[in-house]
Amino acid sequence: MTVFVIRRLMQAAVVVFVMSIIVFFGVNVIGDPVYMLVSPDADQADIQAAIERLGLDRPIYEQYFRFLDGARQGDLGKSFIFGEPALQLILHHMPATLELAFTALFLAVFLGIPLGLYAGLFPDRAASKAVMAGSILGFSLPTFWVGLMLIMLFAVLLGWLPSTGRGDTVNVLGFETSLLTLDGLSHVMLPALNLALLKISLAIRLTRAGVREAMGQDYVKFARAKGISTRRIIGVHVMKNIMIPVVTVMGLEFGSLVAFSVVTESIFAWPGMGKLLIDAILQLDRPIVVAYLMIIVLFFVVINLIVDIIYSILDPRVRLQDKTS
Amino acid sequence: MKLKDTILGVAALSAMMAASTASAEKITIGLSAEPTSLDPHFHNLGPNNAMSVHIFDRLIQQDEKQRLTPKLALSWKPVDDLTWEFKLRQGIKFHDGTDFNADDVVCTFKRAPDVPNSPASFGTYIKGKTVVKIDDYTVHFKTATPYPLMGNDVSTIPIISDSVGCGGTTAEFNAGKAAIGTGPFKFVSYRPGESIVMTRNEEYWDKKPIWSEVEFRPIKSGPSRVAALLAGDVDMISGVPTTDIETLSKNSDLQLSQGVSNRVIYLHMDQFREDSPHIRAIGGGKIKNPLLDIRVRKAISMAISRDAIVDRVMEGVAIKAGQLLPDGFFGISSKLKPVEYDPKGAKALLTEAGYGDGFEMTIHGPNDRYINDAKIAEAIGQMLNRVGIKASVETMPRSVYFSRASKGGEGGSPEFSFFLVGWGAGSGESSSPLKSLVHTYDKSKGFGAANRGRHSDAAIDATIEEALRTVDDAKRQELLAKATEMAIEGLAVIPTHFQVNTWAAKKGIRYIARTDEYTLATGVVKD
Repeated sequence: MTVFVIRRLMQAAVVVFVMSIIVFFGVNVIGDPVYMLVSPDADQADIQAAIERLGLDRPIYEQYFRFLDGARQGDLGKSFIFGEPALQLILHHMPATLELAFTALFLAVFLGIPLGLYAGLFPDRAASKAVMAGSILGFSLPTFWVGLMLIMLFAVLLGWLPSTGRGDTVNVLGFETSLLTLDGLSHVMLPALNLALLKISLAIRLTRAGVREAMGQDYVKFARAKGISTRRIIGVHVMKNIMIPVVTVMGLEFGSLVAFSVVTESIFAWPGMGKLLIDAILQLDRPIVVAYLMIIVLFFVVINLIVDIIYSILDPRVRLQDKTS
Repeated sequence: MKLKDTILGVAALSAMMAASTASAEKITIGLSAEPTSLDPHFHNLGPNNAMSVHIFDRLIQQDEKQRLTPKLALSWKPVDDLTWEFKLRQGIKFHDGTDFNADDVVCTFKRAPDVPNSPASFGTYIKGKTVVKIDDYTVHFKTATPYPLMGNDVSTIPIISDSVGCGGTTAEFNAGKAAIGTGPFKFVSYRPGESIVMTRNEEYWDKKPIWSEVEFRPIKSGPSRVAALLAGDVDMISGVPTTDIETLSKNSDLQLSQGVSNRVIYLHMDQFREDSPHIRAIGGGKIKNPLLDIRVRKAISMAISRDAIVDRVMEGVAIKAGQLLPDGFFGISSKLKPVEYDPKGAKALLTEAGYGDGFEMTIHGPNDRYINDAKIAEAIGQMLNRVGIKASVETMPRSVYFSRASKGGEGGSPEFSFFLVGWGAGSGESSSPLKSLVHTYDKSKGFGAANRGRHSDAAIDATIEEALRTVDDAKRQELLAKATEMAIEGLAVIPTHFQVNTWAAKKGIRYIARTDEYTLATGVVKD
């Protein structure tokens, strides 16, 4: 397994390198950040000074080599707008996004899977049909609209939960988290639900499909004939078999929860990485965009690795080795 | 004994809480734009400058109409052609208890233009000036040529403390360590993207704020900001979306404040190319740039119904523009009025100029910079079609728009032929738009940096330059008014309207609208 992990990480390094080229040259095609930065009052000399200070007067390949040189030492460039290292800014905003993503994943797993199981075991009940209809809505409604509706309902009309922002935080092992305070939890509920809605629907449908298929299989019939309790059949045998696709999809979806929670973070004014990214894109803060995408690539590679490892635990037939072709 | 202690403790605690709720007046404000730093000299940007007003006083303050009023300076006057004398107020203390004096001013003006990694430096307002300490409460600002706008320039620079501020880094300002000013509020906490909290400076020398604590929360998404206000999570918001203004004004729990801003929305026209990239003859053939002909520019101005833009597109929340700054500002002309809508006259003028059959033109505009910018561009496109100019409209995000508008054309020239832009006069008087938008593009003198239509008129240039040398206010007013009239009559640009900004607050409090678009806690009053 060690060899497998090491090889995977080496592949990741190559992916990150290729990505750095694509991203770096890609963002440099769009617009000119200088005009987003300087004050409108600035005269020609001020503008020229800003261009030189940012190094934008240098040829693009030279800028790239300078970036690579910094990257080797863990420096992904300084934000044009904040003047701080891009990596540091992103890491600073990461805990907020991670707690949102974890809460959403928690909701997806602990609401989606039981509901899907129920709908799969009793497909003809009215409640199951309601669950399935609800999951279709969860798929098809646009996130920004649902987010605003959640705010209107729970914050404006009912007044149960705060509308936007992140609540009080406490410091745990050097990380600020709002999941351990009541105020923090009340703030995280709406954005997490908004983010989770699609994932819950996904989990419901995947689980239901898996259960429906598994229940008709020979091993279930055999177990029944042997007199094993229904609870054990479902809880152990069926669950183990249907979890593989669910784990794969949820793993990948977790990646997208972290990387692309842009819409939810914007609507709920959540101070996470997604909001940092979208602001950086709008203002052409190139170093942040580049650093962000590099981190996300790395992140996806790691998630895939973890998914593979969980696989091998769920299904001993899966061995962690590269298929030599 | 133990029980007694507990009871006493609880009693004391509840008494304290009661006292604090009685005197504590906290206000939470939802902001449409977030400052990028609390270092007042880091980024010369509206939201940053507005935020720094709370902690750092200026020598001269711009009031809500951007008129200059004394703050840390008691007076300022030219003592000779090249020197301005500032008399400083005595007995002022910084938040850390140290005294304010001339050393703070000298070091502030040294640091402000030179902050490491600053994206937009304050050097624009400071270059060409030497600051000399005469005594503890007198400083001289010296320039190489007579300079009338000293007060306006100085009013943009927040004063920091010599002892902790001037040696401070941007990070130290953001952490609060160096954020020591003489202003009405003191730094409490800054969490980027989340909140900025300040508490009242109980020893403030000027009018003390009515709020003991203020929290700013950046909520960039318009609908979410409105929802936060409706839900009662914030007490006031800035930047109310125009589409929500009507509904909110009917809500009896809320109160709106509106005020015209210093921002004019105008059209730039290509006046430097015979062959303009986005203008074609009907059918697509080549054509000599019609915008070089003043009659065509005039016809276009007459073809634009400013009433329709204000009433329909802006839903009544804008003011028709006939010049570069609205009423009440220094340096405007009393003669100029918004051009009347006259499609027939426009058509006749086009025919006279030889364009009776019209021509094809692409109108460019941003779609995320000014209030309803894309909709305005589309409305103007339709109005031009009515007089025979076949106009199509192309809008884009500002990140792409401004670099193309400034240097997207051949040889780094402005790319567009006819395009929508806005200009906010930060100095609060009309030399600001005149020297940047109307004066001939001149790199060596630093004029016309935003003159993307490249209108050029030696007589206007001379008038503007003379105004910028004239220290006498009455004479300068006259010159600026004259330059404005020449620019408008020469159709250097076509102003359409002035933006009006809207704030909304819960009932019982009200915001005193400002022309500079700043949202200040000191401007929130109780009814």
